[in-house]
Amino acid sequence: MSHDANLDAASAGRGRRAALDWLFHSPLALPLVGLIVVSVLMGFASDNFFTIDNLLNVLRQVSVVGILAVGMTFVILTGGIDLSVGAVMALAGTMAAGVMVNMGLPGGVGLLAALLVGLGLGLFNGFMVAWGKMPSIIVTLATMGIARGLGLIYSGGYPISGLPGWVSWFGVGRIGIIPVPVIIMLVIYAVAWVVLQRTPFGRHVYAIGGNETAARLSGVRTRSVKLAVFAISGVTAALASIVLTGRLMSGQPNAGVGFELDAIAAVVLGGTAIAGGRGLILGTLIGAVLLGILNNGLNLVGINPYMQDVIKGLIILLAIYIGREWR
Amino acid sequence: MLELKDIRKSFGRIEVLHGVDLQVKAGEVHALLGENGAGKSTLMKIVSGIIQPSSGTIIVDGQERHFANYDEAIAAGVGIVFQEFSLIPYLNAVENMFLAREKKTALGLLDRKAMRERAAAILRKLEVDLPLDVPVARLSVAEQQFVEIAKALSLDARILVLDEPTATLTPAEVEHLFKVMRELRAAGVAIVFISHHLEEIFEICDRITVLRDGEYVGSSTVAETNIDQLVEMMVGRRIENSFPAKPAAKPDAKVVLEVEEVQLRRGGPVSSFQLRSGEILGFAGLVGSGRTETVLSILGAYPAARCKVRVGGVEKRLRDPADGLAHGIGLLPESRKEQGLVTDFSILQNVSLNNYGKYRQGHWFIDFKKELACTEDAMSQVRVKAQGPRARVDTLSGGNQQKVVIARWLNHDMQILIFDEPTRGIDVGAKAEIYQLMRDFTARGYAIIMISSELPEVIGMSDRVCVFRSGGIVATVEGSAINSEEIMTHATTGRVQHVA
Repeated sequence: MSHDANLDAASAGRGRRAALDWLFHSPLALPLVGLIVVSVLMGFASDNFFTIDNLLNVLRQVSVVGILAVGMTFVILTGGIDLSVGAVMALAGTMAAGVMVNMGLPGGVGLLAALLVGLGLGLFNGFMVAWGKMPSIIVTLATMGIARGLGLIYSGGYPISGLPGWVSWFGVGRIGIIPVPVIIMLVIYAVAWVVLQRTPFGRHVYAIGGNETAARLSGVRTRSVKLAVFAISGVTAALASIVLTGRLMSGQPNAGVGFELDAIAAVVLGGTAIAGGRGLILGTLIGAVLLGILNNGLNLVGINPYMQDVIKGLIILLAIYIGREWR
Repeated sequence: MLELKDIRKSFGRIEVLHGVDLQVKAGEVHALLGENGAGKSTLMKIVSGIIQPSSGTIIVDGQERHFANYDEAIAAGVGIVFQEFSLIPYLNAVENMFLAREKKTALGLLDRKAMRERAAAILRKLEVDLPLDVPVARLSVAEQQFVEIAKALSLDARILVLDEPTATLTPAEVEHLFKVMRELRAAGVAIVFISHHLEEIFEICDRITVLRDGEYVGSSTVAETNIDQLVEMMVGRRIENSFPAKPAAKPDAKVVLEVEEVQLRRGGPVSSFQLRSGEILGFAGLVGSGRTETVLSILGAYPAARCKVRVGGVEKRLRDPADGLAHGIGLLPESRKEQGLVTDFSILQNVSLNNYGKYRQGHWFIDFKKELACTEDAMSQVRVKAQGPRARVDTLSGGNQQKVVIARWLNHDMQILIFDEPTRGIDVGAKAEIYQLMRDFTARGYAIIMISSELPEVIGMSDRVCVFRSGGIVATVEGSAINSEEIMTHATTGRVQHVA
């Protein structure tokens, strides 16, 4: 018996060491510490922070950027960047509303239209980067302008409202007490986790970010993988547009300005290397929630909104500075 | 001139230099020898102030010195030319030489004329003629090296460290470099020369210091030693003959790859060759003679003007190395770190890189058990020495890293393996292992193309040799014609047929 107890103690010791090891080496460690620190600070600053309602509210607020950040994580892991997600989201939402309201087609067709817009522009980005051999920052900057312009042309610059009532379910509905957008976001994260960690494609995404030449020369179809990550980013932008359209109950061609930057911030705060090859999708979720808590908390505390941007910028800078040499 | 006493260096808890001594006199070329990982580069980084020793003494000109950084070492007269150059590719030679030390006119503007004259004077003294106005990226590797040396001299270096300067030079360029080194020696400069080519040591060096596993093994004058003795000092054991025996020629073996024509550039030479099952076909030639580009063209990774290939008798158009994989052609690239490995990945993930298609579970997912089992099997086939399949590849020695890249291809139904400089930068013992592996593979029916810039390797390993010059094959030799005179003659004087 005592022998077994010794073994147990030894394995418990190993377990503790493994846990410590994990804490110091996992890319999730810093984002988690950041999340806890910021939450505790907000809890002290405002009595309302640690209420179920408020926390669910935070998650609901981050859902749109959180969904955009999933596709962004795929792109950044390969060493690219996608600046077009905010504009693609706006165009997808506008087109969805247009199909439902202006063309009078069923809502399902409208949602399909949004997904096709996202997929199409994502494939366009990917094709230009992978086969056109252009830097993703330039390609997606161009796409950003094109998508934004197309949305404004189609709508004449005005929101398209008058959507069927059930569309609001995607934006403000609840299952039990959990907001639907939160559920959509978490499902997307779960799928992304499986794809990145459990499929050959996911390994190839990391390999391209780690060393694209080595991956290509070993026989990985790097161009197809790059095409796919931009397509994924386009699709998550479309999914985000469905949530946003449900919340606004209209197609807004001017929606999502600057959201690409929030998505990038979430990815980077989540510990993903901007040069690619390293990072976890769970980190991105933590990064997105962290951003959301900052927004929410600074509001609760009553800080001037202009000042909030400055504070957020400084916190991102600080986080990256601390995480710079962290492995 | 330069004296190191009992230098020790630890990284964390691991000591990598265990008390090394080195004495370099003015006006001598001093060889620093040792296998990879012996501590040569670490020692040279200490000499040049890039890292600091944990203990020990550095004496320059009879004075004890502590270099806190590279600049202090430069001020004391130490110059170093690294394996990887530190030149800015888009600046020209003059701008590089005076980077951060620009000469200025009275108005504070760049004094381009003065800098150019000084640069030209230094290069003239070295009897090096290179264009001063083009970005250094457009210069040859040898010319870039001369720029580095000139830069060190422009800083009045009296102790010059050359870290494997000949690794990527052609024989003619090496000769030129040696001429420059002899002139510097005559001018009283102390030169530390690091090279894996023992023949070069005997040609240019005066004295030798050998390191092994971070320990000082001994010093000697060149005249008092010989190659066998040096190899023994380096590896601690005598290596008789590192090349395995060649099997008997099988001229009737099946042709697995037929390159009907390959033309790298429009207007350049057109080459063709055949590769037979079970043979090692050597690709010899000077650096830049088009060997790597030729194999990359076959794989669709280089935009050749023309390339017509038959694999197993059927004409194929490969557009991507992935097509090569599909047709049983695998590549061990020239540069392990840049082209072979994902250095952030474990051994497991690196070996699996092109194998995930085989480890499927329910079509979409990775079968991790199968991945581990197959990787362990591949690792044992090539005898990778590591803590385990989950060790990061950047913790491995060069030889083991190379084996990891080879292991990647073993779970595939491969017929053809292309080894591009398979033993570059790896130590003597690991070289012998790689050679044996290559013979094991051919015995199993693989056909191998081996690109090598080391003539003894080409001669010792190849069943047939294609000699390249100026972008095309100028001769194919076999049997007793595989000797250094024959190959060098073709490589340096072969007639190139240009086809429009």
